[in-house]
Amino acid sequence: MATIARNLRPYLRYIRNQRRTYADAATVSNEMKFTFAGANQVFYDQRVIKQVDVPSFSGSFGILPKHVPTLAVLKPGVVTVYEEDGSVKKVFVSSGTVTINENNSVQILAEEAHPLENLDGSAAREVLSKAQQQLSSATTEQDKAEAAIAVEVAEALVQALS
Amino acid sequence: MVKTHIVKFVGTSNFKMFSNHMATIVRLAAQQQQQQKRGMATLKAISIRLKSVKNIQKITQSMKMVSAAKYNRAERDLKQARPLGVGTKEFYEQAEIQAPPEDEKKLVIAITSDRGLCGAVHTGVSRNIRDALLADPKERENTKIICVGEKSRAILSRLFANNILFVASEVGRKPPTFNDAAKVANEILNSGYSFGSGRIVYNRFKSVVSYAVDQLPLFDKNAVVSAPKLSVYDSLDENVIQSYLEFSLASLLFYSMKEGACSEQSSRMTAMDNASKNAGEMIDKLTLTFNRTRQAVITRELIEIISGAAALD
Repeated sequence: MATIARNLRPYLRYIRNQRRTYADAATVSNEMKFTFAGANQVFYDQRVIKQVDVPSFSGSFGILPKHVPTLAVLKPGVVTVYEEDGSVKKVFVSSGTVTINENNSVQILAEEAHPLENLDGSAAREVLSKAQQQLSSATTEQDKAEAAIAVEVAEALVQALS
Repeated sequence: MVKTHIVKFVGTSNFKMFSNHMATIVRLAAQQQQQQKRGMATLKAISIRLKSVKNIQKITQSMKMVSAAKYNRAERDLKQARPLGVGTKEFYEQAEIQAPPEDEKKLVIAITSDRGLCGAVHTGVSRNIRDALLADPKERENTKIICVGEKSRAILSRLFANNILFVASEVGRKPPTFNDAAKVANEILNSGYSFGSGRIVYNRFKSVVSYAVDQLPLFDKNAVVSAPKLSVYDSLDENVIQSYLEFSLASLLFYSMKEGACSEQSSRMTAMDNASKNAGEMIDKLTLTFNRTRQAVITRELIEIISGAAALD
């Protein structure tokens, strides 16, 4: 009996090992590795989450695991992250990029990103009115474009906070 | 005293000897005079030197403290910026973008700063670029350089003045911000120089005591569009790719500037620490000679007094 067991051990180990690698591979492909970073701070670094909603110039969309690979450019607005434990985190972003890769990793890279709770509604409205004034007083083409972007961001800010 | 010595020497030798040994005598006399001079003035001279070395040590010590504080901040910032750079790089790696071989035009961005006294941080970056350009004359012709920081400009403009596209200065006084990176990126896009591929050469920070010259790849839109694996990515149009690449360029620059700043501060810290240590060694040696000479002077004066007194008896 002992001889049989000894003879079988390597094969048994092989089967065990094989099953384990298979299981690992399956779990990896079902989770998305989510990275969310602004130039000023990092929110998520290769973390596993349930879902994330992003505003982009080609329309707002939600990203779930196994999303088709794509690239998108962020629009000023709110990124909503649904974490594994069900909690929801909202972060305002000014601009940036979204990358969804083939290996199920998602990167949201923003120029500026701040959690919504850190932003002040009245200050946002002030910024909006200032930006609108700038737009109306702008003379050159470049100034106009810059002011238009400022208005766009401020509008998104006010909308996100109301 | 010196003069009499020579006269005595001349007196003992005949004329022929004198002409033969003229050179030796002159040299000997000069040497002796120098020695004598050194012996006379040493105490004062040594104390002046001692003071100046002490001052230098104070300066290097405070520079070390300053850069230690700056380094702490730079490292904290770098931790926040790393996912940004790594995340941007990820797409290039995943999509397996390669530079089109037919487009030979290249762009090299050297990330340094305006400030020196920080070891081989700036020379490392510049040497990497110099070696690459000198190795291949064809590459030298087709490559444009962008210098971020005066230090790389000072080194590279000596050899490749014609290749420099523009220089970004006023780098290094304050920690780099995303705005700085965006400005450089904007300037690159507005320069009208179209390149097939490029690289950012910077110092990658490893730990307080080590950094290494590293590079990040840069690609033009054409290279990205013609990448074989791009078809995997869904719903792309020209505008999206263009904006995406512009933002990537800025974030890669930002990331490499952060890495460079952190390596620079850590390297300056080590350099200044070493300088303080060397100054300390020098101070020890100088104090020793100072005390020795002081004693010698006292002894000599005592002998003079005693022998003077003895002569009177």
